[in-house]
Amino acid sequence: MSEATTAAVTERKVNRDQMQVSEEVAIQISNMNKWYGTFHVLRDIDLTVNRGERIVIAGPSGSGKSTLIRCINRLEEHQAGQIIVDGTELTSDLKNIDKVRSEVGMVFQHFNLFPHLTILENLTLAPIWVRKTPKREAEEVAMHYLEKVKIPEQALKYPGQLSGGQQQRVAIARSLCMKPRIMLFDEPTSALDPEMIKEVLDTMIELAEEGMTMLCVTHEMGFAQAVANRVIFMDQGQIVEQNNPHDFFNNPQSERTKLFLSQILGH
Amino acid sequence: MSDTHSQTVAYVRDSMLPEKSPPSNQVGAIRWLRENLLSGPLNIILTILSILIVYVLVRAIGPWLLHSIWNAGSLSECREILNGESGACFGVIKDRWHQLIFGFYPPEIYWRPVLTFVLMLVAIAPILFAGVPRKMLWFSAIFPALAFWLIWGGTIWFTICVLLGFVVGYVAFVLLRRVSDLFAVIGAVVATVLWWVFLSGPLSSELAQILPLKIQHVKSHELGGFTVSIIIGVTGIVMSLPLGILLCLGRQSDMPLVKWISVGFIEFIRGVPLITLLFTASLLLNYFLPPGTNFDILLRVIIMVTLFSAAYIAEVVRGGFAALPRGQYEAADALGLDYWKAQRLILLPQALKISIPGIVNTFIGLFKDTTLVVFIGILDPIGLSSAIRADSNWNGIVWELYGFIALCFFIFCFSMSRYSQYLEGKLKTDHR
Repeated sequence: MSEATTAAVTERKVNRDQMQVSEEVAIQISNMNKWYGTFHVLRDIDLTVNRGERIVIAGPSGSGKSTLIRCINRLEEHQAGQIIVDGTELTSDLKNIDKVRSEVGMVFQHFNLFPHLTILENLTLAPIWVRKTPKREAEEVAMHYLEKVKIPEQALKYPGQLSGGQQQRVAIARSLCMKPRIMLFDEPTSALDPEMIKEVLDTMIELAEEGMTMLCVTHEMGFAQAVANRVIFMDQGQIVEQNNPHDFFNNPQSERTKLFLSQILGH
Repeated sequence: MSDTHSQTVAYVRDSMLPEKSPPSNQVGAIRWLRENLLSGPLNIILTILSILIVYVLVRAIGPWLLHSIWNAGSLSECREILNGESGACFGVIKDRWHQLIFGFYPPEIYWRPVLTFVLMLVAIAPILFAGVPRKMLWFSAIFPALAFWLIWGGTIWFTICVLLGFVVGYVAFVLLRRVSDLFAVIGAVVATVLWWVFLSGPLSSELAQILPLKIQHVKSHELGGFTVSIIIGVTGIVMSLPLGILLCLGRQSDMPLVKWISVGFIEFIRGVPLITLLFTASLLLNYFLPPGTNFDILLRVIIMVTLFSAAYIAEVVRGGFAALPRGQYEAADALGLDYWKAQRLILLPQALKISIPGIVNTFIGLFKDTTLVVFIGILDPIGLSSAIRADSNWNGIVWELYGFIALCFFIFCFSMSRYSQYLEGKLKTDHR
């Protein structure tokens, strides 16, 4: 973690008015297991996410944290257990999968914008083809979100002409155009320069302030402290510890968590 | 250092130096010559050698081209005019021009293939260039049927009945769509084929009897020359691209049956020489088809050429897919796009863009391979040139005839190559 970004995030006053966790369950994962071949990646995962929760998932690389959130929109298939997203259980039924995917937005480490389409086309594609929104309306919504992530002037450029931070903000806007109820972030700042991490984190904080349900795999502990209401620590495919950020950072329970925190916060 | 105003301790430039023009030996023709032709001993030698080679070639071919004879009825007449000097007898091209272009097409209706060719240019314009009005794509869609009728003639009802097959398929698709999409596609294909096999023939002869709208019929063996090359080449190109894309998607499919059929087809076709397929088309197919079926030879050849190049296109496009980052698939999935939408909107456009050079390569190969039809008795330009050389008037002519044919093929292939470069430039959006 870089000092600069911690400072940047904590400097900003986070408005917690809208950050309310409701009783309603958004994601219910019970007894979920996943294997890659014979390798047991995720072991007996039990996790309940309520609407409005902002969860940060941390852990060493290879601990299965990305795989876990990729199971939530079925980019990865789980082999045992149950995942229920917004009341829809993820099975091999393609209709359910498409339904869940259109309700769950995802932001990737490498942005994954479509390089052959302009920024505006990137944003309007899914609303037009999946939600059947009229083109003009989709474009209005797209411009609204581009203004929100503060790059409306780039609408007609191609992704290759934008900086990494701008691309990631476009990727966030692209997910938001589908009006998702849950947002998944898979290491959204890991491929960015320190200067650009701040702009992306600011966008994510704004999103949290509006009460979005967020699951975020990240190494930005400053972000976790400022925004999350729960931090989950994973190792070897299991959830080792979960707690509110204050207790998680100041009073970690397991030895593995202590070691991890001492390594990433030590310098 | 009077320009820098460095009176104070800290060095802060407060006026910019004016731009100077580069030294005279760094601009213009002299610099170009130095950098490109005379940059070192080896390059100087190579430059001199190249000039020598160009000189020898021009010396050899120049007079032959300059003293060319265009007005002669036979090779001996041409030689008489030349009187021992070196010169080309292009008289053969003038003499046999119509034959080289149209084959044995009835001369009084040459306007039909010419009109078809002009309309073909009109029909492909909106496909090739984005600036042409989109509405013209409707003409492109009906052009194949129109071209078929103009070239082969006969009653227009047959063409209309064949086109009606597509309407029947579409109606079946719309009706069955309520059941399921897959069912609808299969139903549409089956309905179209059934229509063509059982209903379109009788219906068209009925209609022709009621209202005979017909033009002179031309048989396939009367076609020849560049007309036949262009018919086979263009039809093969237009049909093999979509078929190749489908085969490529089939090969990557999760459904085992679709996958293995596609793999089997691609590997079989790629493993067999085109000439074998053409012989199969001309000879063997007749044994397999029910007796009495008259399946046009040109149609059989077009089908074989299409299948052949589709197998290659499939592999070229697969290369394009392989070059796409995994993240593109994931992003398309994560947005909730289904398989066909993800393919059509995200993956195919990018994969095709990457494979443009390979696709055009295959097309150029296909167009040149049309000359192989000479072995099954279709008189394309190569077949005709053998016939012309067998004529006692032109016995012994080689360079002029084959040179002309080569030039025509070169013009077609080179324009395809230039177009592909134009397209690559136009689709370049990565701005690296």
